[in-house]
Amino acid sequence: MNVHSTSPQFKQNATRALHDPQLQKALNNVKQGFIDKRKSAADKLPEFEALRDAAHDIKNHTLEHLDLYLEAYEEKVKASGGHVHFARNADEAREIILSICRKADAKTVTKGKSMISEEIGINHYLEANGIRPIETDLGEYIIQLRNELPSHIIAPAVHLNATQVEQDFRRVHTHLDAKRDLSEPVQLLTEARAVLRERFLAADVGITGANFLVAETGTSIIVTNEGNGDLTQILPKTHIVLASIEKLVPTLEDASQLLRVLARSATGQEMSVYTTFSTGPRRSADADGPANYHVVLIDNGRSAMLGTSFEEMLRCIRCGACMNHCPVYHAVGGHAYGWVYPGPMGAVLTPSLIGVDKAGHLPNASTFCGRCESVCPVRIPLPKLMRHWREREFERHLTPASVRSGLGLWGFFAKRPALYRFATRAAMATLGFMGRQRGRFRWLPLAKGWTAYRDFPAPQGETFQARWQRERKGRTA
Amino acid sequence: MAKLEEGKFEAVNGSPPRLRIGLFVTCLVDLMRPSIGFAAVKLLEDAGCMVEAPVQTCCGQPAYNSGDRGTTRDLAQRMIETFQGYDYVVAPSGSCAGMIKKHYPELFEEDPNWRVKADALAAKTYELTSFLVDVLGVTQVDATFDGAVTYHDSCSGLRELGVKTQPRKLLSSVKGLTIVEMNDSDVCCGFGGTFAVKYSDISGAIVDAKAKNIGASQAPTLLAGDLGCLMNMAGKLSRDGKPIEVRHVAEILAGMTDEPGIGLAKEAARAK
Ligand code: SF4
Repeated sequence: MNVHSTSPQFKQNATRALHDPQLQKALNNVKQGFIDKRKSAADKLPEFEALRDAAHDIKNHTLEHLDLYLEAYEEKVKASGGHVHFARNADEAREIILSICRKADAKTVTKGKSMISEEIGINHYLEANGIRPIETDLGEYIIQLRNELPSHIIAPAVHLNATQVEQDFRRVHTHLDAKRDLSEPVQLLTEARAVLRERFLAADVGITGANFLVAETGTSIIVTNEGNGDLTQILPKTHIVLASIEKLVPTLEDASQLLRVLARSATGQEMSVYTTFSTGPRRSADADGPANYHVVLIDNGRSAMLGTSFEEMLRCIRCGACMNHCPVYHAVGGHAYGWVYPGPMGAVLTPSLIGVDKAGHLPNASTFCGRCESVCPVRIPLPKLMRHWREREFERHLTPASVRSGLGLWGFFAKRPALYRFATRAAMATLGFMGRQRGRFRWLPLAKGWTAYRDFPAPQGETFQARWQRERKGRTA
Repeated sequence: MAKLEEGKFEAVNGSPPRLRIGLFVTCLVDLMRPSIGFAAVKLLEDAGCMVEAPVQTCCGQPAYNSGDRGTTRDLAQRMIETFQGYDYVVAPSGSCAGMIKKHYPELFEEDPNWRVKADALAAKTYELTSFLVDVLGVTQVDATFDGAVTYHDSCSGLRELGVKTQPRKLLSSVKGLTIVEMNDSDVCCGFGGTFAVKYSDISGAIVDAKAKNIGASQAPTLLAGDLGCLMNMAGKLSRDGKPIEVRHVAEILAGMTDEPGIGLAKEAARAK
């Protein structure tokens, strides 16, 4: 079972978000911070556009031969002393993880940031089975305290402000002096570090995600800015890598190409602060590392996307640029999307993973402004894929009846030019006459959604085609 | 008469016949604001073209974006036939030109016969300002407009067709006009066709941010190249009581500003 979704209530979620002043303030930071940083990073690198092409090609190539690369990767992991487990869905993945934890006799599990772990809801599952999961990425740690989903794929707590975090820390860190000063963000950071440090040392199992899995070497790569991922995978006796199957890349060289676009697109950094490679368990000559190394490769709907028009979505390297540049995301934030993945990439991916019947609003709630596609490092045509979902919905009659009948009527006239000219001429004359005094309507019966937020400009009255016919007929024909 | 760059002159003024342009006026302009269509005609004729406006309806974009490929294909076929005989097809809209240029070929991916025709139409279709600048090489227009304007880059024109410098280039040749750039001129206004009605509160929030940027630019006039976006922004500005005149860029370039701005009444305009 995947983690619960409120995507069917997207409209209500969005309305609530629009009326949440604190959230609106937090979303402003997304607008300002990420966009400028990405732009200056991209501008500084003359070959950035060429790198995007290369990234696109590497991922496409891998997806075309995914079975081969999965096999090669598995061989290499085994050869380095690790274990590979394949999970078809969330249930299987959770069971595999639990049984590894049980074998390690785990009481606590530390976790690096991983979106797939959110997707399969592993934290709640472990808790229900008596194992305590502890998120070690600061943002993930905060939302874990709040029992929330991340609202952004690289900045999970971007919807919160410092005061909210302070309240959560005071609520949970009751072993600390109640009168301590937490008014500065850096104090919050220091406190989180101190608390997490103890947890790192006590953990029996460390779970991380993977940004890339390298078939050539059996290596998993994670990028972080806090270094928490390193401690998560090095200190405990057992390291579990959770990754969905599309994280594969053929070679280290390919991975390094993708790393060059990843951080720039995400945070505008040239490289994340930590880029960590792990290959198998600790060897005798290694200074540190886990005794046991497991990789859980999760499908959970991906292979069904291969060979369809949604295969392109599997190129995604989870940089977050699409949501950082999305006007809809800026307006409503990540939680409104109702599941793990928000923004344009979520609008395409979520229907694939939990069904378009549940997530149908997501690909519809877009203006098709195209800014997401213009920044996506692997050139995923996100608007086109959202349109594909709309087409599927239309075919399956999931499109709302009001939209269908409105369009049907429009289509009927648009296919009959003579009728169209006649009808529109009359309609526009009427509307133009009605609106001539003020030049606009404050309310129109069939456009209530429109006039709730803005006026509707009145037409000039005569249609272009009517006037053209009147003035030009015979002159140019 | 618009001045043309050297070398491009003969093509329109010399011995070969004048370019025959099919004006795709777009359904919004046809119904809501025909003066934009006539401004486009004037600009094209000033540049030496012969302009015709064949009987037409809609390019099918509303159906396309709602997932109704069948209706879209029907309308696209009609458009392809309507505009077959012209040298070029020009539309005073980046989004409708983008529909033909970028999406018509996609519509007929599995139909080689129509695909060829769709490709041919796509190749000769242009957004108005980009046609004037990129194809005809127009560098100046014969128009005067006193005051500052700010320009909103509509999404499809900008990202599908690369329309960004062309309108600014032409505007900078208008006597008396200065361009003041607003912040985030390339960010969506929240129109998105049926989006504005289906997700009206989100659309309302997006256009609210846009209206703030327009206001902050202090320019008394807002221009853009797409009537849908213009109606959205004009409607928001007038709802907020901001006295900003909103016009299609073609109206200014053609010097045709007798009609009141979008959303203004004739009487109000005259009193001004
Ligand atoms: S879809 Fe593209 S821009 Fe969005 S997260 Fe994925 S890779 Fe980044």
